[in-house]
Amino acid sequence: MTTTREVRLCVPILARVEGEGALDLVVQDGRIETLRLRIFEPPRMFEKFLEGREYSELPDLVARICGICPVAYQMSAVQAIEGLFGIDPGPWVRAMRRVFYCGEWIQSHALHIHWLAAPDFLGYESAVGMAQAHAGVLQRGLALQGLGNAIIKLLGARSVHPVGARAGGFYAAPPAEEVAALRARLVAALPDAEALIAWAASLPLPASDQDFISVSLRHPLDYPMNEGRIVASHGLDIPVSEYETHFAERQVAYSTALFADLHGRPYLVGPLARMNLNADRLHPPVRAALARTGIVFPSRNMFHSVVARAAEIHQALLEAIGLLAGYRRPAETAAAAVPRSGTGFGATEAPRGLLWHRYEFDDEGCVRRARIVPPTSQNQGRMEEDLRGALEALGLDKEEEALRRRAEMVIRNYDPCISCATHFLRVRVARP
Amino acid sequence: MDTRLRVAVHKFSSCDGCQLAFLNSGADLLRLMPRVEFVHFAEAGFIAPDAPVDVAFVEGSISTPQDVERIERVRANSRYLVAIGACATAGGLQALRNDADAAAWMAAVYPRPAEIGALPVSSAIASHVPVDEEVWGCPVNEWQLLHVLQARIFGVRPAIENDKVCLECKRRQAVCVLVAQGAPCMGPVTHTGCGALCPRVRRACYACYGPAENPNAQALAARFAQLGLAPAAIARRFLSINNAAPVFHEAGIVWRERHDDHA
Ligand code: SF4
Ligand code: SF4
Repeated sequence: MTTTREVRLCVPILARVEGEGALDLVVQDGRIETLRLRIFEPPRMFEKFLEGREYSELPDLVARICGICPVAYQMSAVQAIEGLFGIDPGPWVRAMRRVFYCGEWIQSHALHIHWLAAPDFLGYESAVGMAQAHAGVLQRGLALQGLGNAIIKLLGARSVHPVGARAGGFYAAPPAEEVAALRARLVAALPDAEALIAWAASLPLPASDQDFISVSLRHPLDYPMNEGRIVASHGLDIPVSEYETHFAERQVAYSTALFADLHGRPYLVGPLARMNLNADRLHPPVRAALARTGIVFPSRNMFHSVVARAAEIHQALLEAIGLLAGYRRPAETAAAAVPRSGTGFGATEAPRGLLWHRYEFDDEGCVRRARIVPPTSQNQGRMEEDLRGALEALGLDKEEEALRRRAEMVIRNYDPCISCATHFLRVRVARP
Repeated sequence: MDTRLRVAVHKFSSCDGCQLAFLNSGADLLRLMPRVEFVHFAEAGFIAPDAPVDVAFVEGSISTPQDVERIERVRANSRYLVAIGACATAGGLQALRNDADAAAWMAAVYPRPAEIGALPVSSAIASHVPVDEEVWGCPVNEWQLLHVLQARIFGVRPAIENDKVCLECKRRQAVCVLVAQGAPCMGPVTHTGCGALCPRVRRACYACYGPAENPNAQALAARFAQLGLAPAAIARRFLSINNAAPVFHEAGIVWRERHDDHA
């Protein structure tokens, strides 16, 4: 006679992410029957209330979608506006936007590595708990996070929802003394950034070997950030405006975030995808620091994301240092905008991956329709696929606690940013 | 006995930008640890949503039926409840849906809207439970939050400034963008606290800190009209980040109707 045992775990597990999620896991006969990552972001419906707003308001409005990566939203929006209106903001603006974006990568990655991810790998519940035993690591991380914020403030006056950026450029240019002082601090932080790469590579990262598609921007010269074509590891290479021809979003009943597929398959965006597709665009010192770790990109181990984040902090520091060398205040900080009707497209690399925008404008420059595809919805399908593989590799006969811990670690590794609602991930493991 | 202040940070519908002020205060935050115990702060790794606390910081607006129940539990468990940010104090940018046909909106974004539970309006925390302190801003900054924490450590009410952004500009000797550029600056009706960031980068304030005490919104709107702003553009100035704050909402609707009359 067989007894039916059903185990229901209802644990608030996913601390240290931005958003509310749940994981349903049903294991039967040693197999995963159901695995669903549920996101209950109460929809804030940005795409709808952008309708009727003027282009000049967009950078401030779309920033409010995410407090961790407002610069990314601002930069994708201005690219869409400028592309349609035919504005060329010129080399000063282009350089300063990259600097601005470097600030966001540094603060967001430092936040993720230290506040959200490190406790997983070092066996703590929170970064505060690490403060005693790993004081040096935490201080280094907080200092890098602070430097990222300082870069954003230099051009945006504050780091969350900065007020400096506009279509065409910036409202004002920082004084040369401020730039020089900050640049010196960035130079002084280089050894820390290098050390961070070595430290990240030395963490006890689980082994994992998965076959997945990486998607990111690619630029002829630069490591991608503010511009480029959309490429994928299996051969796709398209302009930003053709995103919708190849990628489709679909709704699933258990999640308020739409899932995105590339030709019907899940795919990865974010630091590891960028690194897998653009390692040849890294500054030589970053390549050298990575070579010393022995980790080779492209990598099929998803946990190398944390190393990729550390490498991108180093890359962003070097990039900002280079761009701020010989800084001069320009005569004009923004190119003039003359509205035009039509559709504009923008895509940049948010810290968490490709952030794609499309706006239709009327001839007064007001939005008729908007569509925004954030990184986390693109990664949702991949996260489920990864969870399946990772839990099977761990062994489905393991204790629920062990399954829960591994599942959390896998999800957090994507740095999901589900900026709405509470932060609970409830796991229900049903084992009939 | 542990005499530390027991603190919770709760999130409702929001962008996470306000609670980020805690994580952005880095070393200052760690220095407060001997005095403060985070009991619940999910993003930082502390999970105990229903534990009793001395101070609860609440970010985000109420926008689902579950939120309504949850905020009551938060209130019941907290001695002092502080609403932080435009979402929690005025319903946030997402309150723009309050004046619209939310069902039609949802249908436009989601193929199967019936599967998503959302209330037709996004509302401030104080419309649901009594709030002991409101800290305005989108986002609030590190200094505002650390100030509240320090005041509560000493058991006093935080001293929150009630000036307008205008006064802050004068104090910091920023050039007035309304006078010098004819820019439609919301500084004369906006609550201070940011340090007059926008005028200092030579742009008009867009009122992310919400209405100041006794703002003369209609007079400022009339001034914008003199500057040449169309009624619809004036309405948008007020119906933005803090669109559901009553004075802003009222002024915005008046000008939006004027636009509709002309159209
Ligand atoms: S008030 Fe602004 S910064 Fe704060 S959570 Fe709401 S949208 Fe984000
Ligand atoms: S000046 Fe106005 S819009 Fe700018 S940060 Fe201050 S309150 Fe917000």
